[in-house]
Order: sequence, then structure tokens, then C-alpha cells
Amino acid sequence: MQERVIEKAAQLLESGLCSRVLGWKKGEFFYDVTPGVFTTAQEVRNEMVFTPFCGANLSKYLIAESRKEGKVAAFLKPCDTYSFVQLQKEHRIRRENVYAVGVQCEGMCDLDSLTALNLTGITGAEGLGENLKVFTLYGEETLSRKDALSLRCNDCKSKKLLDCDEILGESGEEQDSHRFDQVEALEAMTAEERFAFWRRELSKCIRCNACRNVCPACSCEKCVFDNPNSGVENKAAADPFEENLFHIIRAFHVAGRCTDCGECTRVCPQHIPLHLLNRKLIKDMNQLYGTYQAGADFETKPPMLDFTQEDPEPSIITNGRDSG
Amino acid sequence: MKIWKLDRLQDLFAALAGERTLYIPADVAGQAKFTPWEPGMEMTKALNTNRSAKDLFFPQVEDLAAFKITGRQIQVEDNREDVEDFVIFGVRACDARSFSILDKVFLEEPADTYYKNRRDHATVMTLACSRPEATCFCTALGIDPQAPGGDVSCWVEGENLYLQANTQKGEALLEKLPAMEEGEKPQGDASVFDRLPLKDVDFSVFSEKALLHWFNSPVWEELSRSCLGCGSCTFVCPTCQCYDVKDFDTGTKVKRFRCWDSCMYSDFTMMAHGTNRPTQKERFRQRFMHKLVYYPNNHDGEIGCVGCGRCLRKCPISMNIVKVAKALKEGSV
Ligand code: SF4
Ligand code: SF4
Ligand code: SF4
Ligand code: SF4
Ligand code: SF4
Repeated sequence: MQERVIEKAAQLLESGLCSRVLGWKKGEFFYDVTPGVFTTAQEVRNEMVFTPFCGANLSKYLIAESRKEGKVAAFLKPCDTYSFVQLQKEHRIRRENVYAVGVQCEGMCDLDSLTALNLTGITGAEGLGENLKVFTLYGEETLSRKDALSLRCNDCKSKKLLDCDEILGESGEEQDSHRFDQVEALEAMTAEERFAFWRRELSKCIRCNACRNVCPACSCEKCVFDNPNSGVENKAAADPFEENLFHIIRAFHVAGRCTDCGECTRVCPQHIPLHLLNRKLIKDMNQLYGTYQAGADFETKPPMLDFTQEDPEPSIITNGRDSG
Repeated sequence: MKIWKLDRLQDLFAALAGERTLYIPADVAGQAKFTPWEPGMEMTKALNTNRSAKDLFFPQVEDLAAFKITGRQIQVEDNREDVEDFVIFGVRACDARSFSILDKVFLEEPADTYYKNRRDHATVMTLACSRPEATCFCTALGIDPQAPGGDVSCWVEGENLYLQANTQKGEALLEKLPAMEEGEKPQGDASVFDRLPLKDVDFSVFSEKALLHWFNSPVWEELSRSCLGCGSCTFVCPTCQCYDVKDFDTGTKVKRFRCWDSCMYSDFTMMAHGTNRPTQKERFRQRFMHKLVYYPNNHDGEIGCVGCGRCLRKCPISMNIVKVAKALKEGSV
């Protein structure tokens, strides 16, 4: 697939159809690829990669890139295309300035998933297919890509490539992902246990805002929490509970727009399982208002923006009478 | 050199903790972190902590003072935390060097008394590395991971922990511990450090050309393009030192506290000027210019990075000081 991606990108630039290509740039170690913009076919051939470590979701970059002059070719994985559609629904991307190339995806790995397999001193890796050969300072090991998948790719919800101008490989199907299993485990806890779980996790937060900044649903030009004039600007909390609340508020704010792309958890330097907050809300909305997947299409109205007489009022249901 | 049997490490911790609060790198909610030791708490297997050891001297949030206003009277309260003597065990050579980088900022006159207070009360016990990560490049910055410094240096070799006091503070601490056997540490195998992939990153070039040469480099544009401006790199960095001072109205008084700041943020140093660094390019450039050029310019050529590799592991887009240093040197990305 890497070869096809590079060839396609070079061709799009050479033919003049696109003036820029948004893709992944190789790093020092094979696993440390950086999202990048390429302007010449030569650059593409020298530096562009498509490896099992291209986890970063490129769609959010299209907000800025699609406002520039000329057409930008974007290489998108299935989960990226959900964000791509969702951002269009929110009128954040100028579709006419984007040439979307969907890329079939076998799941992505990351440094954390390799570290979780007790590999240390990782100097590089090899393999674009089913197996990964990992080189470390202390020896080498071959593993199946499946075992090294990142947290979010383990729970991949869909392999569909949406709204692409062209597809490399094939668009797949929605998957039985078990992505709500952990949410159910949390729901099964007592309120005290759950409270302790979230306090322990969220108290690790250093408020770097990586989760917010990477999130395609968080696309405000200036977040209120960054704006000294907003009155709620908050670089670090005056009280540690604020951090905890910040995440809960953010989860509510992106509810119905979060496509469950998993970027928040991927980028968190403190390994906080933020996706579980979002998934809890997705699960609740599915139960209350019918199954809805953000970014799956252009038409369906998000449950939080739609109102019918029959809509349940969950706060009334749960208020003392029913724990559901 | 003193010798302590590794299988009795818990006894050493107990003895140290009997003296004063002891911090060791332990796993908390899956993350290695300097944590106050309690009986039974084990050291992490991770090479280094997720956040750096600077947290113990320069915490992310700290109260500075409080003001109470009654009529036309302002009463100023010094509400800083009382700091008692404490020991940090298991600091790696990179983090130990970061203290000297921070000292040059915080202890220069007028000294930052909050920071100084903690430094004065701390005894640092370092731990030599023998199993580095591939992202470690301390050696490229002249740091010897096997001679980690601090008040007491420690080495793990075979079944023993070897301890050596480097300062009076360190000696005083070791004297308070149960009597230990004396002996020489066997020579360990250091060959892995010659295989570190980043050992040859060249940081000397930054003193060879004028500041503006680097500032005006064409590579910043491309390097910074996908930066999220998240500040993770600055928060995990042991040498990042910027903070903001904020007031918080508690309803009965005004609490003045400081919290870490990051040059990657849009409102960084906005208090000084309203149009400081308009785009991520300028913010990004600030971070790396500070580490590679400004800090050395102000401090006899010492680079403001200790090669701990945290930013290499933590950046969501895998952009970091090594990539920047290489690209600046090559002049193109
Ligand atoms: S990325 Fe993690 S540490 Fe950073 S603000 Fe989000 S939850 Fe907190
Ligand atoms: S810049 Fe990166 S490698 Fe250098 S000290 Fe800071 S976190 Fe460590
Ligand atoms: S200016 Fe930036 S790089 Fe330098 S210490 Fe401050 S936050 Fe860190
Ligand atoms: S950078 Fe050097 S001193 Fe720090 S943990 Fe790695 S090998 Fe040890
Ligand atoms: S360099 Fe990386 S860690 Fe630092 S602000 Fe940019 S995206 Fe975040």
C-alpha cells in the first residue's frame, strides 16, 4: 500500500490536479511519523510514508489546508473519513479544495502499544503487511501486527471509506468492535468505584490540552479556555477538581459530534482513557435516541440537534425512580 | 563506596523514609511518577518517570500569596506550603542535570525563594542507567548516564546497590543509615551507550552561527506546520521553566498562584505585549530557539536540553528537538 500511496501522491502533484499533498512524513525511527504537507513529487518520493504507524488523523488539518489556494490532496484512513464528513457537516472544510484519497487500513500501531508488549529501546521496525519486525537495542522480535495494534485500532468501528474522490484498496464495512465493553464494565461498578476510577485517571491530567487540540470536534478558532477575555481562561486549575470537570464538560460538548476516532486517548501523554467518556455518551445517546454515528453521512441530524415529541427525558427517568 | 543488598531495597527505603519523606519512581495508575514511598511500594520498571523530577522543585501549580481586602487595607498573607527535608531516590542523570539548568534561572539573584526553599530541603539520590531507551541522547549533550551526580550517586550491579556520596548533604544522609559494607563497584558493561541511535546528534553548531541565522531559518515553517500547540512537550520537559501568575477570587480573598505556562500556547507572555507570537510557527520557534540558542547564549554555551527523550516519546505528531536540531543544521526539512 505504501508504494501505491506514494505513487498516487506524486502523480497528483505532477499532473497539476493538486498543488499540495497532506500525508505522513518519515521520522527517525519508523514509528515516529509526522503529518506533513508535500509540494513536489520529489519530496513525496523522498519523505512520504504509509506505514503501520500512521495513526494521526489528518482530517482536522484540512480546516486550515482547504482554506489555502489550490487543491490539497489528503490521504485518509477510514476513521479519518468519518471526521472528514463530520467536519463538512459543520461547514469547517471547503470540500471543493480537497481531493480525498481513501486508503484501506489494516489497523495502526504505536509506540505505546509496542511498549505495552514489554519492548524497550525500540530503534526501528520493518514490515508493511501482517507482521512487524521490531529492532531494539537489546535484540529483535517479530510480531503480528494484530498484537501490536494501538488501543483505538483494537476497537475499530468501521473500515468504510466515506466521501472519497478515489480509493486505494477497498472500502470495508462497519465492524463488530466491542467498543462498548469497557463502558459496560464501568457501568457495572458502584458509584463509589466509578468515582474512584475517574478521579484516579483524571487526576493524572497535566492540562496540556493535547486531547482538545487534536480533536476534530474541537475546532473553535479560539477555545474559551485559551481566551484571557473569556473570564474562564484556565491554564492550570486553581483546584484539581477543575481538571476532572474540564474533561466531563468537553465530553458533553462534543457529544453527537465525536466520531470516536480515538485521537484524544492516543495523544494523551498521561495515558488517560478519555475515549471512555465519549463512548459512554455515544452509548447513552444510542439507547435514548436510536443509533447514531457522527460523520457516517451528511443527512442524519445529530441527536443533540434534533427534537421530537417522543424524545425521552433521561434526567426525569433517572431522577430517583430508575437507576437506568 | 557503600554496598546495600538489592533484595533488601525495601529496608533501605524504610530507613530513608524514617529520616524524612522519601520519593521514589513508582507506578501510579499505570504511569511512573515520583511518589512518596509507603511500606511495600516498589520501584517502577520503567527507565524514567513520565513527568520529570522537576515537579518536586517547581510544581505545576503553587500558591504564592493571598490578599485580603478590608476597606482600604490590604493584608498580604504568605500562604506558601511549609517544606520539610525530603529525599528523592532514583533520579536519572538527565533529570539531575536539569536541576542545574533550572538553578541557573531560579537561583540567580533575585532568587526565586519558592524554588530555593525546595532545593535547599532536598537531597537527591541519583541512579545510573544501564538499559537506556533508544530515545535517550543525554550522551550527545555531554551527560554521563553512568555517573549521574546528585548528592548521592547509586548504581545497580549484580545483586547490589552501590552508593557514593558526592556532597556534604549526601554524606550526612548516608551517615544516618544503618552501617553498610564498603567496597568497589565492578565495571559494568557500557557498550549499549555506543549503540544509541541519537548519540551523535550535533548540538555544537548552534554556538557557531549568530542567533539571527537560526531565527530566520526557512525550516521553521515546515517543521511547525502540523504542531498542535498542545504544550505536552513543554510540560513533560525537565528543563522547561515558564510559568504564569494568576489571581483567583475565592470570595473572601484573592489567591495568587503560579502555574506552568508553555510557549506553545497562544496567550504565552501576552501580559507583556498584545501581539507576541501570532501563529504556531513563532510559538514553535520560541521553544526550540530557547533550548538550542537563547539559553546557551545566556549561560556559557550550555544547551537547555538534557536529552531525556520525553518529548520524543510524547509529542502526538512526533515532532521534537532532535528533528528540529537536525533540520536546522541541514537548513532544509
Ligand atoms: S491530553 Fe491528557 S494530560 Fe493533556 S489535557 Fe488531555 S487529558 Fe490532560
Ligand atoms: S527538550 Fe525534550 S529531550 Fe530535551 S530535556 Fe526537554 S523533554 Fe527532554
Ligand atoms: S520558553 Fe518555552 S521552551 Fe523555553 S522554558 Fe519556556 S516553555 Fe520551555
Ligand atoms: S537520557 Fe541518559 S540519563 Fe536519562 S534515562 Fe536515558 S540513558 Fe539515562
Ligand atoms: S511539538 Fe508536539 S508536543 Fe509540542 S506543542 Fe507541538 S504537537 Fe504538542
